[in-house]
Amino acid sequence: MIRFEGVGKQYPGGNEALRGLDLHIEPGEMVFVTGPSGAGKSTFLRLIPLLERPSRGRVLIDGADLGGLPGHRIPYLRRRVGMIFQDHRLLDDRNVFDNVALPLIIAGRGRDDIGRRVRAALDKVGLLHKEHASPVTLSGGEQQRVGIARAVVTRPPILIADEPTGNLDPALSQEIMQLFEQFNQVGVTTVIASHDLSLIESLGYRRIHLEAGRLAWG
Amino acid sequence: MGLMAAMKRGLELHRRAARESLEQWRQRPVANGLTTAVIGIALALPAGFFILTDNLQAVSANWQGAPKASVFLVPGAPTASHEATARAVEGMDAITAVELIRPDEALEAFEKAAGMSETLAMLETNPLPAVVVGEIRQGLASADIDRLTGRLAALPDVDEVQVDREWLQRLNAVVAMVDRISLLIASTLALAVVLVVGNTIRLDIENRRAAIEISKLIGGTDAFVRRPFLYTGLWYGAAGGLLALFILMIGLLAMAGPARELAALYDGIQPPGGPGLSSALTIIGSGLALGLAGAWLAVGRHLAEIEPR
Ligand SMILES: Nc1ncnc2c1ncn2[C@@H]1O[C@H](COP(=O)(O)OP(=O)(O)OP(=O)(O)O)[C@@H](O)[C@H]1O
Ligand SMILES: [Mg+2]
Repeated sequence: MIRFEGVGKQYPGGNEALRGLDLHIEPGEMVFVTGPSGAGKSTFLRLIPLLERPSRGRVLIDGADLGGLPGHRIPYLRRRVGMIFQDHRLLDDRNVFDNVALPLIIAGRGRDDIGRRVRAALDKVGLLHKEHASPVTLSGGEQQRVGIARAVVTRPPILIADEPTGNLDPALSQEIMQLFEQFNQVGVTTVIASHDLSLIESLGYRRIHLEAGRLAWG
Repeated sequence: MGLMAAMKRGLELHRRAARESLEQWRQRPVANGLTTAVIGIALALPAGFFILTDNLQAVSANWQGAPKASVFLVPGAPTASHEATARAVEGMDAITAVELIRPDEALEAFEKAAGMSETLAMLETNPLPAVVVGEIRQGLASADIDRLTGRLAALPDVDEVQVDREWLQRLNAVVAMVDRISLLIASTLALAVVLVVGNTIRLDIENRRAAIEISKLIGGTDAFVRRPFLYTGLWYGAAGGLLALFILMIGLLAMAGPARELAALYDGIQPPGGPGLSSALTIIGSGLALGLAGAWLAVGRHLAEIEPR
């Protein structure tokens, strides 16, 4: 599903975030990405929806080399990769419903279709009763769940999350991880960068460990 | 995805961008009011000039329709001479019709038109001469008109001959000048409208930076991100165009009285026309086009800079 072949990433300014990364994530797999701060976890994740382009090597999604993807096709790649961020990236001037609806609006879906899918996604993350609330009135865990609902509302085949539990207490973190497990169980390839080693160990999925831009093990 | 489904989605995207941009646009009445006022004035001014030149052109066209030679007889010429001159003028090849205005008729008309009856009543004798007005055949060359003028002036008892040709030439020159000035003003103000809309939308883009980033992050195409701002440009153009029409109506209403009097003094000229349906549509259309152009300018320059983090 996701294949990295000799991928290097050098940021403008000389920072070498990745130094020759080879790995493969199978369709439907659930994978954690770990490593010390600055190891290149975020960079690795950002290469998948082409938020960054690799400096060397190839990234392939479903066998297709992203290096050959013209700029105007990138939005369609991103629609197939649900993204979740530590800081949620919600729009504070729109309510929960509208935030979750955004990917459907972008895809040009009709009103009824949008209403049905948004409510289904909010139901799945347990926030159906908050659809009219503003994100700023929600707790950190609730905001993260809105972010997850937005990422899955279009049923993308791939889900990537960069420290989705970074600001949450252990109980909430566990809840969020269970949500990811549920999506993974219906076939979504899920890649999560996290520092929460004890939680990751307890879940028992494959772990990709990066150090200084290289694959240490996994 | 079938063609119908694709079209349906495209339509839905436009419908939504139009509606949302209109909603957001209405949420900022003061800033919008100011920008709209600038656009309205900038459209109304050249439109007013064009209406003016239109009317002036109509006046000159009317005159061109029947160029006239006014043959003034010497004051106190005998009545028999009036008739004789009229017949002589009528007999000329280049003249198609003749009207004799006797001194008392001229005085009466003058009193009525200029409202100067008291002043004229103080005069003991009628100072006005008889005039023979001959309509000149159309399409006469300048040299032929010169020859005609010479022959008319040579008739007995003729004091002076006036052909309204010079007047017309002057009027045409003025019209051409006003037309050119209107064009200059129009293009300068069109540029101003584009820049004003462009700047307003640039600020708009800056304010909505977070939303733009997130849209791009989750798969919004450039067209999707661009669309609401282009619609905003259209709303500005439409509002500015409507305001310009309103300003023009008020202006024409204010001009109506004096213009009618002027038209009455110059016999045979229509009172000035307002903006007809086609001019109204032109004004609104210009507003829309300039608003869209301003939006394109802002969007092209500032939207590409915003890349998702
Ligand atoms: N936009 C950028 N410009 C320049 N250098 C960058 C940029 N983003 C990351 N880096 C550098 O690349 C390296 C890897 O960064 P990255 O964010 O991928 O690490 P990380 O493993 O996610 O770290 P953390 O656990 O702290 O989030 C770091 O040295 C970082 O300073
Ligand atoms: Mg990181």
